[in-house]
Amino acid sequence: MKKTLTTTVPAALVALGLASAASAEIRLGASVSATGPAAFLGDPEAKTLEMLVEELNAKGGINGEEIALVLYDDGGDANKARTFATRLIEDDEVQAIIGGTTTGTSMSILSVAEDAEIPFISLAGAIDIIQPVKPFTFKTPHTDRMACQKIFEDMQKSGIQKIGMISGTDGFGASMQAQCKDVVGEYGIEIAADETYDPKDADMTAQLTKIRNADGVQAVLNPGFGQGPSIVTRNYRQLGIELPLYQSHGVASDGFIELAGKEAAEGVRLPGTALLVADLLAEDDPQKPVVTAYKAAYEGKFNEPVGTFGGYAHDGFALLVDAVTRAGSAEPAAIRDALEQTAGLAGTTGIYAMSPDNHLGLDLSAFRMLEVKDGRWSIVE
Amino acid sequence: MSELLQFLFSGLTVGAVYALVALGFTIIYNASDVVNFAQGEFVMLGGMVTWFGHAAGLPLPLAALVAILATAALGVAINKLAIEPARGAPVVSLIIITIGASVFLQGAAQLVFDKQIHSFPAFSGDTPLRIGGATIQPQSLWVIGGALVVFAGLWLFFTRTLLGRAVLATSNNRLAAQLVGINTNFVMTLSFALSAGIGALAGVLATPITLTAYNVGIGFALKGFAGAMLGGMGNPKGALAGGFLIGLIEALTAGYLSSTYKEAAAFVVILLVLFFMPQGLFGRKSTERV
Amino acid sequence: MPRLTAKSATLLVLAALIAVTPFFFPSGYYYRVGALIFVNGLAVTGIVILTGYAGQISLGHAGFAGIGGYACALAPTHLGLHPSLAGVLGAVISAVLAYLVGRPILRLRGYYLAVATLGFGILVAMVLNNERALTGGPDGIAVPELGLRGLLKDWGLDLTNGQFWYFFCGIVLLIGAWIALNLHQSPGGRALRALHGSEIAAGTVGIDVARVKLQAFVISAVYASVAGSLVALQNKFITPDIAGFMHSIEMVTMAVLGGAGSVLGAIFGAGILTLLPQVLTVLAEYEQLVLGLVMMLVMIFLREGLLPSVLRKLRGRGE
Repeated sequence: MKKTLTTTVPAALVALGLASAASAEIRLGASVSATGPAAFLGDPEAKTLEMLVEELNAKGGINGEEIALVLYDDGGDANKARTFATRLIEDDEVQAIIGGTTTGTSMSILSVAEDAEIPFISLAGAIDIIQPVKPFTFKTPHTDRMACQKIFEDMQKSGIQKIGMISGTDGFGASMQAQCKDVVGEYGIEIAADETYDPKDADMTAQLTKIRNADGVQAVLNPGFGQGPSIVTRNYRQLGIELPLYQSHGVASDGFIELAGKEAAEGVRLPGTALLVADLLAEDDPQKPVVTAYKAAYEGKFNEPVGTFGGYAHDGFALLVDAVTRAGSAEPAAIRDALEQTAGLAGTTGIYAMSPDNHLGLDLSAFRMLEVKDGRWSIVE
Repeated sequence: MSELLQFLFSGLTVGAVYALVALGFTIIYNASDVVNFAQGEFVMLGGMVTWFGHAAGLPLPLAALVAILATAALGVAINKLAIEPARGAPVVSLIIITIGASVFLQGAAQLVFDKQIHSFPAFSGDTPLRIGGATIQPQSLWVIGGALVVFAGLWLFFTRTLLGRAVLATSNNRLAAQLVGINTNFVMTLSFALSAGIGALAGVLATPITLTAYNVGIGFALKGFAGAMLGGMGNPKGALAGGFLIGLIEALTAGYLSSTYKEAAAFVVILLVLFFMPQGLFGRKSTERV
Repeated sequence: MPRLTAKSATLLVLAALIAVTPFFFPSGYYYRVGALIFVNGLAVTGIVILTGYAGQISLGHAGFAGIGGYACALAPTHLGLHPSLAGVLGAVISAVLAYLVGRPILRLRGYYLAVATLGFGILVAMVLNNERALTGGPDGIAVPELGLRGLLKDWGLDLTNGQFWYFFCGIVLLIGAWIALNLHQSPGGRALRALHGSEIAAGTVGIDVARVKLQAFVISAVYASVAGSLVALQNKFITPDIAGFMHSIEMVTMAVLGGAGSVLGAIFGAGILTLLPQVLTVLAEYEQLVLGLVMMLVMIFLREGLLPSVLRKLRGRGE
């Protein structure tokens, strides 16, 4: 009895080690949610990282060194993400980590990375990830709070004072809902109705009816990702609600227009990135070449529309490559120092400028207010 | 008034989907006493295969037919390969086998198709119908009608046809059924084909409303299971009533109480019903053999 | 050679495994995996008492893990409790809740019990997910440091974080297994196992069926709760996933796959299912496919679970 067990366990442990045998110059780790409830976000992130590493190695790598990518799928589970972060650092001996599709997984990875002093670039939204500033943690996406601010700015311009909110109860929707409620007062806007839906729900007409019947609502805001916002948008038109509808950056992709239907999506506004309007950017826009190249490469390779989330992974990788190039070294500490000195790096999301007390490096200008016009994204202003 | 009507429409739309899934549970349970947790994956496959076929150029009705037939065939395969070899295993093992099948089908779907969200056009357009100040999508009528037609068909099948009674006989006492000359293997095959086909049909009808992706199955399975248990497992009447009830409870809770806890309301009702009626609303009393 | 009782043999094997395997660890990551196996093993030992001994199904035990986990996150900040006492508080709350919920729902049988426990688990997960002001919502919440590792360091025992949790969880698992094994041999345990055969038969020989079932439910809830606390304290962070439906399913699957009839079998199952996703990363996108296949194949061909079936094979060959 004893013999069976002791021989089985080490055998399994040997099998575990199989994945970590490669030997290349720069070892990059990634743990993203390629499956699970956040797969809609994590899948394009995983694809983007694999594509970019392949591209870079084909061009000869950084400073002549190739990149070896070790990528794990944490399924959106914080406990798993912590295990993979430990594995990346202790077993695969990576020099930097990109990942953490959701805020929960990012928080798990960052505590392991901080302990081991390995630079970590998070792809999740919450402001808690980089505030207070932690020495080794950076992130690429705007915060939820910035998305709320951008939306409320736009509402203010149109003289909107009372709104209804309908949010997903997933991490993305709930986090943005909380941030928006927190910041809304600064814009003199009042939330007259605050409804939620489960990300798996099939019909939101009950919630939207309630919002429509709330007194004096002038616009509706829908923080969420995945199929929820598409269904909200369809139900919105079904009920014949004429008020402006704002979506979040969670659905900033051509896929949203397709799923909601061109007619239903017409007039929807959201804070998006340059990625969605690559062809509309001015010729001298510093983001234009980056955005165009990424869009062409991704859509050509995977035959699906690019979205904001894949863009976050793109920018995380770009930040890392830039830092390693400038540092001339792939030592974790050197990468960290160089990341912190990032200046004027054009990514798909915005132009990054980091500093010791700012590990995000984006401001509100990175967001562009977009509107669906004739079934396509267009820039408002 | 128009508000209440709108909530009812919402509840009926969603409830019809749950009812269709619950009806699928009923058939397999009747034939084999197995609750098939992979039922939700049949719904997913109905949607995904139809989308795939449609995107590849097949006309929508043909794509839907292909999806239903392919899923039915898959149902038969699951019965032959996973359920029949495990005959007589305890309930927990059967739960795990069917959950294993569900995980497997999800894994296969993400490889064969992709991880994106998909949809296809509604059958009768997107112009909502206005009734008494409330609106309903034509596709909702398709789903509700589908649930009613499937229910009526099953009810006739189980009460009026020899084959249907053979299914019930097999469920009551397999050995006795064999002794009176029922081909119980055929009954099982038929039940899985029927159940998977109905699941796929639910996916075909619902996708223009709910949208589909490789991982939507679990959600459908949970709600359908809950609906079937609320109504009383094994009874098509119970499945229909249970499915619609859960949909209506959710919509009315969302409308009048709290949208955040609408699912909680559904489960609280289930717990209460089971407390007073341990066999569900329409369930049969079963006796344990010692 | 004097024959060891099954109880001491099980405990010896476990203790030896916990003590010896670290010598084969190539890196610190393996301590983490080991600690996870032990935590899952503890939760699954509770399932053995409920399902293996008493024959009752629960698809909602992750709810208790959630209560144990969030107790460690919330009690220290809101009640000023030490994290270890917070874990105890979580276990007490879980026990009380299991008692209150168990009374009505344990009257249900088979799939009806499954859906009722499922509903309970979903309700807990929903509260953790939605009461953002208190629980941090789906983004999760930080959990304070247990502090025992620092204490050990002061006493001269300097362990890495991974090593500490490996041995700490290993010891808790040993204690949990010891209690479960004692229960198995006690009169109460025999009453439990009588239920597994037939509740009516057990009733006719004078066993208070309802009470015995409730006991099993409460005890297994405490196991799940302590396991949840250990996850929270170890990760210093927790999300509502711990209470989710998938986690409930995972617990039952681990127990049944390994062999829910025995503590060692169930822990073996926890080990396999914890290791599997780590091994399957080599297969990347085929992971789910293989996992589903393994679940089906084991349940079809090794019905009593992996360990009992393997042992039988070995014994058969030996004779």
